Amino acid sequence: MILSKLKEALICIMAGRATLPYPFKPHDPAADFRGYPEVDVDKCIGCGACAAVCPARLIKIEDKDQTTRHITRLLERCVFCGRCADVCPEDAITMTGQFQLTSDQVRQDLVHECDIFMATCKRCGHCYEPATPLDRIMSPGFRHDQIDRGGDRCRHTHVRADQAEAEAVGTADGEDS
Amino acid sequence: MLADLCKKAFFKSLWVYHTNTGACNGCDIEVIDVLTPYYDAERFGIKLVGSPRHADVLLCCGPVTRQVVPALKRLYEAVPDPKLVIAIGSCACGGGIWYDSYNIVGGIDTILPVDYYIPGCPPRPEAILHGVAVALGLMDKEVEAEGLQQLPDRPESIPIEK
Repeated sequence: MILSKLKEALICIMAGRATLPYPFKPHDPAADFRGYPEVDVDKCIGCGACAAVCPARLIKIEDKDQTTRHITRLLERCVFCGRCADVCPEDAITMTGQFQLTSDQVRQDLVHECDIFMATCKRCGHCYEPATPLDRIMSPGFRHDQIDRGGDRCRHTHVRADQAEAEAVGTADGEDS
Repeated sequence: MLADLCKKAFFKSLWVYHTNTGACNGCDIEVIDVLTPYYDAERFGIKLVGSPRHADVLLCCGPVTRQVVPALKRLYEAVPDPKLVIAIGSCACGGGIWYDSYNIVGGIDTILPVDYYIPGCPPRPEAILHGVAVALGLMDKEVEAEGLQQLPDRPESIPIEK
């Protein structure tokens, strides 16, 4: 009886402390832990791939004017899936190990807003992502009043222009026959 | 002497009523995890209670479904003043991935005044412990509003022609 109690006490003493000393000592999560998604605004090209895959649809992209794209991230809804970091072609988004996101006004503290400088489509006047890196070098600074600079058009206008050309050809053929 | 001891022992000892307002149980399981000996939130005086009338803190998980709104309001009224409301998880903070669903109100703060938000899907137990530490004043919050980030050599704006 007493021996068993002594044995229990011995086990308890040998076990040591199991509790994590976290709030008093810093704690680093595992290397592949996905925490707060940090955005490098200098690297971002404003292509909107992150907004297309985000399951919480928290990345809002709007064009302020012909050269500025305004990106708002409402990160209080973020589920930290890391898909934005996966699809980002420029690796502008990294999932950091920051998990200490407690806040008393989350709708102000976890909002990330940035302005991206974009190229302008010659036809429709909206900003777009240039197709190749070479185009990207050429196009920033392109304005709607500098028509000689290049024949840049966004995909949207390409399709419409091709359709218009096809229709024009079709009607021309019809008239001929 | 007993009164002094009680004052010391029960100072900032938060009794918590945990409620599920339409969560997937992920956050609930993390809350249970925090009460295990490894994370041990009870060393800060945190204790789960079975009735809102005994509680100081209302712990809410989940995007608020329309069906749970009247129950949540009654629950809030049942907790005696002074009370704290803590929203755990991305759903409770802003609606999560269901923020615009037809049956979701979208976040606890659309119904109740929330004091602390702990985002995460689910928040890891350390994140909940950090929330507890912030609520008790042991740590400061680590996120702050950054404001609009712009390139320094930004050209003048040209309006979109429509």
